[in-house]
Amino acid sequence: MEFTFDNNIPIYIQLLEYMKIYLISGVFKCGEKLPSVREFAVTFKVNPNTMQKALAELESMKLIYTERTNGKFVTKDEKVIEKLKDEYAITLAKSYFQGMKRIGLGKADSIKYLEGIKE
Amino acid sequence: MELLEVKHLNKSFGKKQILKDVSFSLTGGKIIGLLGKNGAGKSTLIKLINDLLTPTSGEILVNGKKVGIESKKVISYLPERTYLNKQMKVSEVIEYFKDFYDDFDEKKAKRLLKDLDLDIEERLTKMSKGMQEKVQLVLVMSREADLYILDEPLGGVDPATRDYILDTILSNFKENASVVISTHLISDIERILDEVIFIDKGKIILQSGTDELREKENASIDDIFRRMFKC
Repeated sequence: MEFTFDNNIPIYIQLLEYMKIYLISGVFKCGEKLPSVREFAVTFKVNPNTMQKALAELESMKLIYTERTNGKFVTKDEKVIEKLKDEYAITLAKSYFQGMKRIGLGKADSIKYLEGIKE
Repeated sequence: MELLEVKHLNKSFGKKQILKDVSFSLTGGKIIGLLGKNGAGKSTLIKLINDLLTPTSGEILVNGKKVGIESKKVISYLPERTYLNKQMKVSEVIEYFKDFYDDFDEKKAKRLLKDLDLDIEERLTKMSKGMQEKVQLVLVMSREADLYILDEPLGGVDPATRDYILDTILSNFKENASVVISTHLISDIERILDEVIFIDKGKIILQSGTDELREKENASIDDIFRRMFKC
């Protein structure tokens, strides 16, 4: 997956975003072992401490968990990932409608535009 | 214990005061950017930490002890200008480092040189400036030190190599080691920094975590630096 970072925004927040997408889209599946902090840091080309901070945040959100001596794993609870996906989709939808509202289009019109887009 | 402690450090050359009451400390396991304009005192500070200059007053402690022979064993230093004999072949320089430093990892050095397409049978004189800089950086990063101090490691190298160097730094420093990088090419490296120290006219004017600073100022470290040091 491609990633770029915006130096204006704290890096750990951007890492958190990427990691959420990886979890939602199943790049890392439920119960799967995650790469080490160091491996992540090298892949993202970020500082290991920053990576650690992002992973700690994911852990406090119960999206991942640590098995002592064994490393970090994605939660086994599929519902948690489903919920994350749902929240993420709502955020994306909201921002779409907000953008459309700014150019004077209501919800009904906005949906029409959506349906008109060919994939 | 702090890895590095600098206490009320002053350095003058004749009447000219280069460093003014500089105090800060660093813990292990971090990558720190030492950022300042040309002539701010970065290299002087670095030379003092490496015991290559004597302070006018104040003191510098590494692992709790005053700098000297012991601290040189645990600090791996990349100077801004090379001190290697350019008549030497790269393989000879490797031997030289092996002789000098107990913590030098020859295998790692050879692997990194190969990654960078550098021929170890080549003499330094035959290499471009950028290539010489790469050789020097590889040697410095191939030591298992507690503290790496890199004075302008990115100056003469192309952007692709810059990425490789950043990768090398990220993947090669030991768990509890720290890396101090002095540079003015901030936007290239700010992503890998834990902390920044801004130095101006011989004084430390800011020491902060990078993400905290971005959050507080809503800007990149590069922008904050430019704003603070606008001419």
